[in-house]
Amino acid sequence: MLGRPATETQITHGWRLWLYVLGALVLLFLILPSLLVVPLSFSDSRYLAFPPPGWSTRWYEAYFGAVEWRDATRTSFVAATLTMVVSTVLGTLAAYSLHVSQSKLMRVLYATFMLPLIIPGILIAIGIFLLFARLGLNNTLTGIVLAHSVMAIPLVVITVASGLKSYDLTQEMVARSLGASRPRAFLTVTLPQIRISVISGALLAFITSLDEVVISLFIAGGENATLTRRMFNALRDEIDPTIAAVSTLLIVLSVVLLGLMQMLQRRATTAGSTAAKTGA
Amino acid sequence: MASLPISIRGISKRYGVFTALDGVDLEIASGEFITLLGPSGSGKTTLLMVLAGFIRPDGGSVRFGDRDVSLTPPHQRDVGMVFQNYALFPHMTVAGNVAYPLKLRGIPKAETVRRVEAALELVQLGGLGERRVDQLSGGQRQRVALARAIVFEPRILLMDEPLSALDKKLREQMQIEVRHLHQRLGMTTVYVTHDQREALTMSDRIAVIDGGRFRQIGLPRDIYERPRSRFIAEFIGESQFLPVELRDGRAWLGARALLVDGTPTTGGGPHLLVVRPEKLAVLGAGEGEGLNVFDGTVTEVVYQGESSLIYVTLQTGGEIAVRRPARSADATIAEVGRPIRLGLAPGDAVIVPAQAGR
Amino acid sequence: MTEATIGTAASLHAEGDANAGAYRATARREQRWLGALAWPGLVLIGIVALAPIGWLSWMSFLDTDGFTLEHYRRLLDDNYMQTLKTTFEISFLVTAISVLLGYPLAYLIAEVRPRLGAFLLLLVLFPVWTSLLVRCYAWLVILQRRGVVNTWLQDAGLIEAPLRLMHNFTGTTIGMLHIMLPFMVLPLYASMRSIDRDYLRAAANLGASPVRAFWQVFVPLSLPGLFAGIVIVFVLCLGFYVTPALLGGGRVYMWSMQIERNVTYHADWGAASALGVVLLALTLAILWAIGRVIGFDRIVGSK
Repeated sequence: MLGRPATETQITHGWRLWLYVLGALVLLFLILPSLLVVPLSFSDSRYLAFPPPGWSTRWYEAYFGAVEWRDATRTSFVAATLTMVVSTVLGTLAAYSLHVSQSKLMRVLYATFMLPLIIPGILIAIGIFLLFARLGLNNTLTGIVLAHSVMAIPLVVITVASGLKSYDLTQEMVARSLGASRPRAFLTVTLPQIRISVISGALLAFITSLDEVVISLFIAGGENATLTRRMFNALRDEIDPTIAAVSTLLIVLSVVLLGLMQMLQRRATTAGSTAAKTGA
Repeated sequence: MASLPISIRGISKRYGVFTALDGVDLEIASGEFITLLGPSGSGKTTLLMVLAGFIRPDGGSVRFGDRDVSLTPPHQRDVGMVFQNYALFPHMTVAGNVAYPLKLRGIPKAETVRRVEAALELVQLGGLGERRVDQLSGGQRQRVALARAIVFEPRILLMDEPLSALDKKLREQMQIEVRHLHQRLGMTTVYVTHDQREALTMSDRIAVIDGGRFRQIGLPRDIYERPRSRFIAEFIGESQFLPVELRDGRAWLGARALLVDGTPTTGGGPHLLVVRPEKLAVLGAGEGEGLNVFDGTVTEVVYQGESSLIYVTLQTGGEIAVRRPARSADATIAEVGRPIRLGLAPGDAVIVPAQAGR
Repeated sequence: MTEATIGTAASLHAEGDANAGAYRATARREQRWLGALAWPGLVLIGIVALAPIGWLSWMSFLDTDGFTLEHYRRLLDDNYMQTLKTTFEISFLVTAISVLLGYPLAYLIAEVRPRLGAFLLLLVLFPVWTSLLVRCYAWLVILQRRGVVNTWLQDAGLIEAPLRLMHNFTGTTIGMLHIMLPFMVLPLYASMRSIDRDYLRAAANLGASPVRAFWQVFVPLSLPGLFAGIVIVFVLCLGFYVTPALLGGGRVYMWSMQIERNVTYHADWGAASALGVVLLALTLAILWAIGRVIGFDRIVGSK
């Protein structure tokens, strides 16, 4: 087995063993830590002993039982959902506009949309803090949604723009020749065909908002504290194993969302080859 | 189906320094099948897009019947359009695609179903409504695109090289089907292609376009038999040229005056005699009365299946080729090295200006 | 012969010229409507993210007495310089290690069968989709004084006193490495996948051993992805806040933490904004420099 060639240049698996081992180790490095948290959340010990001395669900009970955790969770999910809606709509329209418009200005504007990704997060955070202090938006849900949307919109734009690149705009021209106005053509012909990109962008927006830490530290406090803020403070102050329970639930959510994204990607590639055949 | 005449006046379109359309005019009769024929970049597709409303010209006007549609947006022009790559909606079934324009117009469901099925019958795809687009062959997709473009009974149909993606046999079959469809439905049809054979097969009239201008507009036969310029002679059919001079109202090939129908009226300067290979006759001894006769020697015979191309070096210099349909008795007529006599009827002798500018 | 309408007739064109202006107007209007679709997003980003930064930049030059460069001058003080040094140290270190670990991994994923590669890529993506805080927590659990590693080593009798792996430089570096590694692997992988294998076949055919072909053909062709990865990771490290704040134990002071402290602790907006402006300028300079070398689309695209 080790003597079998792995490449066209007759390098064997044996020669490459070090590569396989190194790769496996790095992958373990990436995966294990998060996974370690899961069994820990079922430990009945207050101390982070591993393997846990006993099993219990007390930390989950602590999580669901505590008002602050529940409120924080609700705030985070509501904010994430609203952010998802706002940024998907604004981002999709922007991506469409940038794609279809012929003006040179639009190319420059595309770069502007990318700025929230390029500018260091801490700087954006204190800037928003300053602005919201003036506008009285600190510690409000509206403020959180606006701030998170600003961070999510660029991701939606990138996702939808790349989906539009592999989409044949002639379809819209055809629809218009058949009697559809531009908005109608977009809604009935283009949107259904880029829906995978749009949904992917929406999922990205959701998770971006849910996991957002730095900005939330500044503007998501008081009774509108987000889950991330509570977790951050909890991690800073003392390592309460309740965090393990929260973490496990978040990991499960991540896996589900990642799985959804992968399913969508797979449908996108099969749909892509269909579209290629349709265009003949 | 009713139809509308189209009036194109002074349409021009420039992209930076490039002129796509240079103030073109064209009157298309109601119910006519006219083909815009030209090479790539000639402006034919641009003009079609102007008619459809997708390209806004820099100047000029377009009328459908007595309605000025110059500023009408595409979705209000009510023309049917078939694109080069069919552009069928992959997320709808065949019936869904064809029903789309009817839905946009608010036609009630029952009638939509009826008309969709009728349209599919017309293009010989009856009963295939529930198929998905990716289950169809290229030819079938083209028919669906056609059905979709006519189901709402437009009075004008625009077609942008719709058959260019099909293989030869299918293309020739579809050309006839499209022609039949036009004869049945009778709407004014503007067809764009670079394939001159296609144009000759299908059209009531052909408008040859190049460099953003119409070079010749007329019946297919007239364009083929009486090209007005070297470009048109070369673009349509096979042609070869011999230099002639116009003097005293006659065309002179060297020292010999040619027999030509009608008097060449084009101005001075060098001219060319257009000789189509199939117009030359191989003359036996004593034949040639009333014809332009060329003597020469056979240099090469190229067998091409249904016909052969015989290359001849003329006594007066220059080379010419004659195309002969293949028949079993031909074996002795053309042998390399043998002398040969060719005849060109006056009616087939066309004189065009020699300048490269078209 | 049919009548042919070639050429121009002045009378027919009179109405056409009148249209020219109308054509331009409708074209402009349509362009404006299309452009308008992007405005809501732009306005939001402009107001919420960009305007405040402009404001901050403005503030960095202001004092109670007016225009001043005092805030920038103070950046040259020892403690700020130390922060700067630490920030660069960690950033360089994390970037270097992610190259060393990330390149082989990316290479492995690009070399195996596509289906296995897709699965491995999923494993790389998994931490990216996991919350940052969850990952920091995981490292705290593993590396802290009474964490998993120390407990095991002590129980196994390998060490007596617990190793100091957390709440210090080491812990911060490991934590940040964990965050940054996928951002190195992904662009590298994308770049490697697009290398035409024919180049390597040609090299072999011309006489290069597999090792030489790798260093002389493959690696140079993978450089765009490598540069993109290096830039992304380095720039992210420079401005990173969460991991050093949680895993540094107060001993590892990064630029971003300095900014935060100036805002929340000292309410010294002048210092905070000056620090922020410098950080931003540095980030943009690095991006611009690399963008000149390998093209801007690659950097943004690979995110």
